[in-house]
Amino acid sequence: MRNIMFKKIMITCDEATTICDKGQYGEASFLEKIKLNFHFLLCKFCAKYGKQNKTMTAVFKMKAGSCKEEIRCLSIEDKELLKRKMQEVG
Amino acid sequence: MNQTSKRHTLDPNKWIDSYADYLFNYAIVRVNNSDLVKDLVQETFFAGLKSAKNFEGKATERTWLIAILKRKVIDYYRKINSAKGKAEVRMNFYEEGENEGCWIEERVPQTWDNDTDKLIENEELKQTIDQCIGHLPEKYAMVFRMKTIQEFETEEICKELNITASNLWVIIHRARTQLRKCMEENWFNA
Repeated sequence: MRNIMFKKIMITCDEATTICDKGQYGEASFLEKIKLNFHFLLCKFCAKYGKQNKTMTAVFKMKAGSCKEEIRCLSIEDKELLKRKMQEVG
Repeated sequence: MNQTSKRHTLDPNKWIDSYADYLFNYAIVRVNNSDLVKDLVQETFFAGLKSAKNFEGKATERTWLIAILKRKVIDYYRKINSAKGKAEVRMNFYEEGENEGCWIEERVPQTWDNDTDKLIENEELKQTIDQCIGHLPEKYAMVFRMKTIQEFETEEICKELNITASNLWVIIHRARTQLRKCMEENWFNA
């Protein structure tokens, strides 16, 4: 029984870091988090990945914030060109 | 159906002034390539003109045009998704054998020197992120941007691109692992 429990909680580094990435968006399940933290105890590479992942998330949030401020639209020239093309087709 | 009984009508002469920016914005947060988005917007208007006679007037013309554009975005995603082989990320974990799922030695996370000093918001940092995202295969860049930079809900992305949630997390995972490595080499330990 103990052996089965152990197997259920054991995950590979690939799986662990996938859960870790999911967790950055607050979307990892309770069971996944248990598996991940157990894996972290045994694997220093993934534990480091986990720590750095938080930094990466902070960097991406910064980037996301500055992207939201950007207003992107078509230039007047682009619109004029598009109007001419529409008339040709229409 | 009689023309006058339609709740909404189309007026193509006003499309560009009324909807071009709206459509452009809709597509740019998903595709992030302004030349490509200009093409998609143009194709949407052309397709709209072509099928104007089928417009039933049930939706507003804006909703109707967005529906056309939506399909063009999905078509684009399918195209980049099927461009296999050349469009894969670098593997970080062994894919088979007894080491399956383990880190590939040279891809193991390295210690970063003084990362807190390097987190100050500046243009150089943003440029480095852009470059690293730019190195991702298009499919990975698109899903990663939608989820992380544009902060779409997982459900929304899955619905729009017709992918499963586990599919999305694999893409996000591969993108983030590659970005971590790229930022390590070009920013944190540069």
